[in-house]
Amino acid sequence: MTAAPAIQLEGITKRYGKVVALDDLSLSVPGGVFGFLGPNGAGKTTAVKILLGLTRATMGQGSIAGAGFGTKEALRRIGYLPELFRYQSWLTAREVLALHCELAGLERARWRPEIERTLSLVGLADRGASRVGTFSKGMQQRLGLGVALLGDPEIVLLDEPTSALDPVGRYDVREIIRALRERGTVVFLNSHLLTEVEQVCDSVAIVDRGKVVAQGRLADLLRTSTVRLRATGLTREGRAAIARFGELDDGLDGAILVRGIDAERVPDLVSAAVAAGARVYAVEPQHESLEERFLRLLGQ
Amino acid sequence: MTGSLVIARQVVREASRRRLLLALVLLTLVVIALTVWGFSRISDLRTAGQPLSDAQQKTIASQLLILVMFMFSWVLALAAVFIAAPAISGEIESGVALALLARPISRSEYVIGKWLGLLAVVLTYGVGAAVVELLAVSLVTGYAPPRPAEFLAFAVGEAVVILTFALALSTRLAGMVGGVIAAVLFGIAWMGGIVGGIGAAFSNPTITHVGTATKLILPTDGLWRGAVWSLEPSLIIAAGTQVGPAVAANPFFAPESPPAPYIVWAIVWIVGVVALAVWSFRAREI
Repeated sequence: MTAAPAIQLEGITKRYGKVVALDDLSLSVPGGVFGFLGPNGAGKTTAVKILLGLTRATMGQGSIAGAGFGTKEALRRIGYLPELFRYQSWLTAREVLALHCELAGLERARWRPEIERTLSLVGLADRGASRVGTFSKGMQQRLGLGVALLGDPEIVLLDEPTSALDPVGRYDVREIIRALRERGTVVFLNSHLLTEVEQVCDSVAIVDRGKVVAQGRLADLLRTSTVRLRATGLTREGRAAIARFGELDDGLDGAILVRGIDAERVPDLVSAAVAAGARVYAVEPQHESLEERFLRLLGQ
Repeated sequence: MTGSLVIARQVVREASRRRLLLALVLLTLVVIALTVWGFSRISDLRTAGQPLSDAQQKTIASQLLILVMFMFSWVLALAAVFIAAPAISGEIESGVALALLARPISRSEYVIGKWLGLLAVVLTYGVGAAVVELLAVSLVTGYAPPRPAEFLAFAVGEAVVILTFALALSTRLAGMVGGVIAAVLFGIAWMGGIVGGIGAAFSNPTITHVGTATKLILPTDGLWRGAVWSLEPSLIIAAGTQVGPAVAANPFFAPESPPAPYIVWAIVWIVGVVALAVWSFRAREI
């Protein structure tokens, strides 16, 4: 694909007085589902607000949907679910969606089918006529997701979309995100829930204190893994030989965990163990979870 | 511009859905009923056992009406402050603004939309309530003020001035803070008008200038004087003028209409403060 990236941030810095929220942040989101990960206060929400022009960067530039941040041209193609979502409590769910149809500039003929489609997509089909003020937090978040998906935007920015949802709600959101990817929608997902990101994202960036500490395809980021080696007859020299492949740890069941080994080198590890006189019973690659990787990166 | 109309419609819808208009209408009906009852008792007044002459009754009715309308103008102005002060800041604090402003709508469309919506609410309530009161009084006493249309324009204009001011504060300050500031300044402007009148009464140019300055900085009291003048029968104006310059200190009397340049100034002031609100909100980080 030679097309310009859907989202591009170049050297974005944002300061609030002396507090640095984003520090020379550069990102490129080609498409697919992008996870923007980081602990609370890392600057994730600030970044999304800059993408929407709700907040201005102190320094740096970039583009979204081929246009400048906060321009009408860009905003016409973006759907957004804020982290602190609140919708007009005096309106019904249908009226909130109609208001956003109108603000988004959708043709009037499309409103009704679009509203009904969205309501059923987010599981509120039977609550369309209820006032938002009577909704639980989870239902309001579902409505917010509906608002973000209204009119099939090219890019959807979701800021902690499952924070108020129960496990069923989280599952539903994952399914919705997967369906968006199938349709070619670009999803920018802000989250600190790693399992959520791991299950739906194609690529991620990990941000901490306003800086990107790792970025890339999820599969690449998680490539270094741990191998569980079950072997007997491993001498001190043998241990030293395999220690060259990674950090060694003794498992509870007598197996040896080789941490931080590149998947490509696993056969060499086995050869080295055998050459050192060991009898190998099992070699089980154990992928590092995103959480382990995340904690390792933040610990650096 | 369509964005502004969408936002304006939401303001009106919120006012009616949250029963703001209903509460105002019900309370106003109570007030109107009470004042009309008061007006109806004027004909029962006696002086030395004799009923009052028609002219005396009309004079009392006109003075009473000015006092009632004074209260009404304060209620209208303070109601305008209460709804305008949190109009923008409240949506930012609650988070409602995040989703709205992420739509293809400019900050200026948003501010102007809010202003238009508030204007519609204040205009509807202000004109509606004042017309009902004037009609009820004229039905009961047979007295009608000489310039009712001008009165409506001045009274609503005064409310629009303070509404616009409170909305401009709302782009930067929390509703509570902006509301208190607008209400206090409204009161100060009224006092400024009286102070200026005292200066005029005693031919003290410094004090007169203070009054003039407050009338220019916040043109609420200046417009209120126009509302008073619209309610005065020529008999009262003639009698008041004979008292001499000291009458200028009376906040319930105005010998003449505010001059045309002042009315133009009030309009320029409103447009200017709306522009200021737009400018202030453009730079606001959400």
